[in-house]
Order: sequence, then C-alpha cells, then structure tokens
Amino acid sequence: MDWGTLQAVLGGVNKHSTSIGKIWLTVLFIFRIMILVVAAERVWGDEQQDFVCNTLQPGCRNVCYDHFFPISHIRLWALQLIFVSTPALLVAMHVAYTRHEKKRRFRNGEKIDIEELKNEKIHIRGPLWWTYTSSIFFRIVFEAVFMYVFYYMYDGYQMPRLVKCEAWPCPNTVDCFVSRPTEKTTFTIFMLAVSGICMMLNLAELCYLVLKICMKESRKTT
Amino acid sequence: MSWVFLRDLLSGVNKYSTGIGRIWVAILFMFRLLVYVAAAESIWKHEHDEFECNIKQPGCENVCFDHFFPVSHIRLWALQLIIVSTPSLLVVFHVAYRENREKHHNQKLYKNPGKIDGGLLYTYLISLILKTGLEIVFLVLFYKLYNGFKIPRLVKCDIKPCPNTVDCYISKPTEKMIFLYFLVATSCLCIVLNLSELSYLIFKYSIKCYLKRHMKKQQ
Repeated sequence: MDWGTLQAVLGGVNKHSTSIGKIWLTVLFIFRIMILVVAAERVWGDEQQDFVCNTLQPGCRNVCYDHFFPISHIRLWALQLIFVSTPALLVAMHVAYTRHEKKRRFRNGEKIDIEELKNEKIHIRGPLWWTYTSSIFFRIVFEAVFMYVFYYMYDGYQMPRLVKCEAWPCPNTVDCFVSRPTEKTTFTIFMLAVSGICMMLNLAELCYLVLKICMKESRKTT
Repeated sequence: MSWVFLRDLLSGVNKYSTGIGRIWVAILFMFRLLVYVAAAESIWKHEHDEFECNIKQPGCENVCFDHFFPVSHIRLWALQLIIVSTPSLLVVFHVAYRENREKHHNQKLYKNPGKIDGGLLYTYLISLILKTGLEIVFLVLFYKLYNGFKIPRLVKCDIKPCPNTVDCYISKPTEKMIFLYFLVATSCLCIVLNLSELSYLIFKYSIKCYLKRHMKKQQ
C-alpha cells in the first residue's frame, strides 16, 4: 500500500475527467508525488539526526527539534497530496453507482447493450456535473488550507539556518542549526509553486464547467 | 511510485517517436536513469554525514555544508531527469486529443492519429526544442552553482558560528566528479540527438513540401 495505490485509483478517474482534469492529474503525479518520493524525502531524511544544538544538555536537542518542527514538511506534503486526491473518489463512486444502476435495469429486463455499457464514456452532465464540480471545489479548498497551514506553522516558506531555543531542559538560549536549509527552502518553494499551478488548473476547470452549463442553458431557452 | 512511473510514461512516448527519438529514450533509460538509480544515488547518500570539518563547534559543519551545497548534485540530477522527460508528454496529449476528436465525430479524421504530420509535427518540434533548452538550462545551473564541474577535496569555510576559517573535507570527491562528468557527457549526447532529430524532421518535411509544390506546378 503506497503511492502506487493512489495512482491505480486516480487512473480510473482519469477516463471521466475533462482535458484540464487530465493535465492536473499528470502534474500531480509527475511534479508532486514523484518529486516527493524521489527527491524531497531524501532531503528531509536526516532532518532530526543532523539537527545540531550548541549544548551538551541531554534532551535539549529533542525538545528544540520538536518545538520548531511540530509536523515535518514531508508529512504535511504527504497529507496534502492524499487530501487533494480524495475528492476525485466522489466522481469514481458516482460513476460506479450509475453503472450499477444500469446493470440492475438490464437484469430487470430492460434492453441495454452490455458491451456499450462497459465501454461507455460517461458525459459530465446532470447529477454527475454537480459531483464533479463539488470535487473540484473541495480540491481547491484543501490546497488553499494546506498552503495556509504551511505558512502559519513555519512563519513563511523559508527554512532558517539557525534557530534560538530556550525550551526546558535547555539551560539558557541555545543556538540550534537546521540541516540543509537552502535545499529545503528550494524544495518548499518548488512544491508551493506546483500547488499554485494545480490550483490554477482546478479554477480553470471549474470556470470551464460552469461556462459550459450556462451556454447549454442559454441554448435551451433560445 | 518512483522511477518506474517515469519509465512507463516514456515507454508510452516511444510509440510516437522517430528512430532518433527512440535512441534518445534508450539512452535516457540506460545511461542516465539506470546509472542514477544503480550507482549515483549511493555515492551521494551520506554526503552530509561524511562532510567533516576540522572543528568541534556545534553547527559549524551544518552551516558550511549548506553554504557549499545549496542544492545537492543528486537532487539537481533527479530534477533534470524528470523535467527533461516531460516535454515528450505534449506529443502523447496531442495524439490523445486526435483520437478523442475521431471518437467524438465518429469518423476517421486522420489516416493515422500517431503519424507525425500537420499539427502533431509542430507539437513534436516544440517538444524537441523544449527538451534541448531544458538540458542546456540544467547544465548551466550545475556550472554556475558549483563553479565548474570540479568537486574539491577541501573547502575553507568561515561562516558563523565557525570561529575562524575552518578546513572542511568533502567525501568521495573523485568518484563524485567522475559521475558528474558522466552526467555532463550524457546530457550533451542527448542534446546532440535532439538537435539532429530536429534537423532531420525539418529537412524531411521541407523536402516533402517542396516536392508537393513542384508536382502541383507541373500539373
């Protein structure tokens, strides 16, 4: 059970997405999940080990590390990716439910071509439009919430080289040095930029869906 | 979810590539991705732990390492591999768009949706230009960040909290330098392949265009 599972689930949703949705999925997999697994995890791999404090007091380093890094960036990103991918499951469930209903009608004697049912591309209209639009809305909300959480927890997006710590049992104010701060700042800004791009894609997809339905309604009335 | 994903993605791209494009994919897999995963990663694995400074002052090693290696070679290498492979997806998207159009109109609009002609040719050329441009950007980045492609054995550091100028020793500098040169060589080879594929396609389609016009004039 790892990121491959997410890939399998979201790959199924891809079939019923708009083109912008497919681009969003590609950006998510290549520029966020892959970068997280292949590069970012290594950068943060030794974060506690190489967090060094200018004191011999046992426990001071642990306490200071815990104070300045309540949740590691890597864990927050993993949570963000999971939360942001989950609304797509609403769409998958809706499509599965529609297919199940059609199969049930077929079993009850209605004439439906079973081959057509299997290969049918389900168009985004009616109740599915609402499900799809709400899933995009939730994605945008989750992205924004996590970007704010990062900003609030770490006072901005920069990783400092030196933090001054005076939590007990540290005897006085102690200098603590973070490992690889520049590399971590670089990756934080990179992930932030890609989150921003994903948010833009989601907004564009939302506008496209709303416009499409408005144009359809106006064509019906004229 | 790791490099296997990239490999599967690029295998999909291979279907719509020219012969030179397929050689490019093969070189990317064998000489860049495989070398990265099988060899390079383990060389840079403990770079921080094995970076030693001639001082007991806590924090001095951390700060000096961060100053001399703002972004590690191995991370730049990984980013380069991912970003350089991505423009090929434009071609995959375009072919998918063509197939989608055919399904939507329920008729055969293209002789072969995967054939490199018309709009797909321009997409392919753009992807080649992007790939070449990104390779060059990364090579320049490597050069600028590390003052050339050399990795010194010893660096002198005098950033706070280091009290004075301190000698710091980098681990496995020769091995890292050899692999760095290997990276540069394979990048240059990929640039050459991309440029030759670009020239080949432009040449081929200019000749086709010219012959078509010549036939029309004769008629």
